[in-house]
Amino acid sequence: MIDTLAHASLPPPPKPHELATARAVTRAATGEAPAIRLLLIAAAILFLTLFLFAPLALVFTEALRQGVVKFIGALTQKEALAAIRLTLITAGISVPLNLAFGLAAAWAIARFRFPGKSLLLTLIDLPFSVSPVISGLVFVLIFGAQSLIGPWLSAHGIKIVFALPGIVLATIFVTLPFVARELIPLMQEQGADQEEAALSLGASGWQTFWHVTLPNVRWGVLYGVLLCNARAMGEFGAVSVISGHVRGLTNTIPLHVEVLYNEYAFSAAFAMASLLALLALVTLALKTFLEWRFAGELANGLRH
Amino acid sequence: MHSYPYSRAATPAALAEDGRQRRASLLRLAFVALVAAATIAATGLAARSARADQTLLNVSYDPTRELYQAYNELFARHWKEVKGEDVTLQASHGGSGAQARSVIDGLEADVVTLALAADITAIADKTGKLPADWQARLPHNSSPYTSTIVFLVRKGNPKGVKDWGDLVKPGVEVITPNPKTSGGARWNYLAAWAWAEDQYKGDDAKVRDYIKTLLTHVPVLDSGARGATTTFVQRGLGDVLLAWENEAFLAINELGPDQFEIVVPSISILAEPPVAVVDANAKAHGTEELAKTYLDYLYSPEAQKLIAKNYYRPVDPAAADPEDLKRFPALKLVTIDKDFGGWVKAQKEHFADGGSFDQLYQPK
Repeated sequence: MIDTLAHASLPPPPKPHELATARAVTRAATGEAPAIRLLLIAAAILFLTLFLFAPLALVFTEALRQGVVKFIGALTQKEALAAIRLTLITAGISVPLNLAFGLAAAWAIARFRFPGKSLLLTLIDLPFSVSPVISGLVFVLIFGAQSLIGPWLSAHGIKIVFALPGIVLATIFVTLPFVARELIPLMQEQGADQEEAALSLGASGWQTFWHVTLPNVRWGVLYGVLLCNARAMGEFGAVSVISGHVRGLTNTIPLHVEVLYNEYAFSAAFAMASLLALLALVTLALKTFLEWRFAGELANGLRH
Repeated sequence: MHSYPYSRAATPAALAEDGRQRRASLLRLAFVALVAAATIAATGLAARSARADQTLLNVSYDPTRELYQAYNELFARHWKEVKGEDVTLQASHGGSGAQARSVIDGLEADVVTLALAADITAIADKTGKLPADWQARLPHNSSPYTSTIVFLVRKGNPKGVKDWGDLVKPGVEVITPNPKTSGGARWNYLAAWAWAEDQYKGDDAKVRDYIKTLLTHVPVLDSGARGATTTFVQRGLGDVLLAWENEAFLAINELGPDQFEIVVPSISILAEPPVAVVDANAKAHGTEELAKTYLDYLYSPEAQKLIAKNYYRPVDPAAADPEDLKRFPALKLVTIDKDFGGWVKAQKEHFADGGSFDQLYQPK
């Protein structure tokens, strides 16, 4: 949900010399008959209402159906707290790792030419094109008890599948592209001029990274992290396959929502679901706030 | 595009540079904070798993959620009384076949309480973590409770479903889970098979024809019994739910007798959901005694009473509340051992790759 919306509201950055043409085209497009314009706007609003606002409103009304006390009670239940904690731990590990990977990958791809570059680009996109269930299953097949290394792992007391490491692995896998995908086009467009300047003026590699590279892509980084985090916390399919569904131990928030729903605890299920919905709203609000607050800087071509 | 200004003597540019540096250090701070958060998360986790608490993981099938929630409370009290120790009882629920698959893939269950013997036998075969003769270790084929398969229909039974034959009437939609992943679905399938055997006097072609037609009346195969129940009661799909008796009672209890009613068919099957200690796992965790006691105590009068209260048929009815027993109608029940030659044979004939289900089920 966040994904579509965010992308829809964020067109690719127009290159300065294209802006003039773009504006002219826009003016021509608004020359439609008012009736058609109205129709299009109505269709858009109807679509948004049906697929976005109505489900969102439903989540919160269902969650609060039995009152605020029950709502808070559902969220502070032992198993609910365990699910929240597990989700936070999972995101807390996988988001920073993906941030580091995304930065490194984007930097390598945008700044260097090397054999296998396009293959790397394709591989980064792989998690987007593979069904999450398969992603989870793959890890079960690699690290499960029936796999090649399974007996060795269990002999050494290393637990991966049906435990936190497996959940984190699956989450990292499905959220891998977010940061890298945000940064690659941005860094490619910016070019290496500023970094080269810094280096030629005597800055060290780290200084260049902290003072030039990172500040230049900070909006992209932040945006990638927001999306990555939202997906890491909301992932269901991959985690479901690898979690083992042990109550209060390996159930993340989305899995706990399913458990509660299956146990006829509908209000509690929606209470947990509202946490995820809230996360989505906070993510969007944060993104909008940043864009508004730093509108000036964003306008000078760094906008993403 | 944006060429970097090389001469930055002008005041605004210097100011901008200042702000740039401040933001850079802010960014660095954020970066360090993120890494720190990850480290704390990882260490916090290590500390948690190092806690020395007696913990038992029960990997069970779908409809036992409420039963084991209640039983775990009862057992924790019992263990405290006998041993003076606290115990953490963990549970995992899902389609019986899928759960067995997870245990085979490494889910470290101390005990398994699945929907049918074939699933536990599969664990024994594939992992060797429990002996092949596991089912002889506890009374009543290692099944401390039994159940059967009944029909759940919408209030007033608008489609007039009375028996298995009515399920294949035009316009009747039947909800049952997937026999490949769900234990309940396999009991459903065999119960239907048993009725057809009886109805068609053992004419194999007619029996197969009936099952084939029945499967065309199933719009969706959920992976577990509880999923099928929610499909039927929550999403309002279908006219009849083939369900565990306990699952049907529970649905009525949870969602109101004004919406659904139970139809008892002329013939059904005695479903025996067995329990077993997964020896190798329990040994590795040092929970052998706990695991054995956990299962033994299921046969105690207190547990049997609780079992009947949770809509399962107790193996020791004398211990149960007579009020609870009244809910279970008497009906003709075939058994897996007598009528289908045991689970090993039935599994191979009907549910293994290329078995009767694969032959007769044609997805739309």
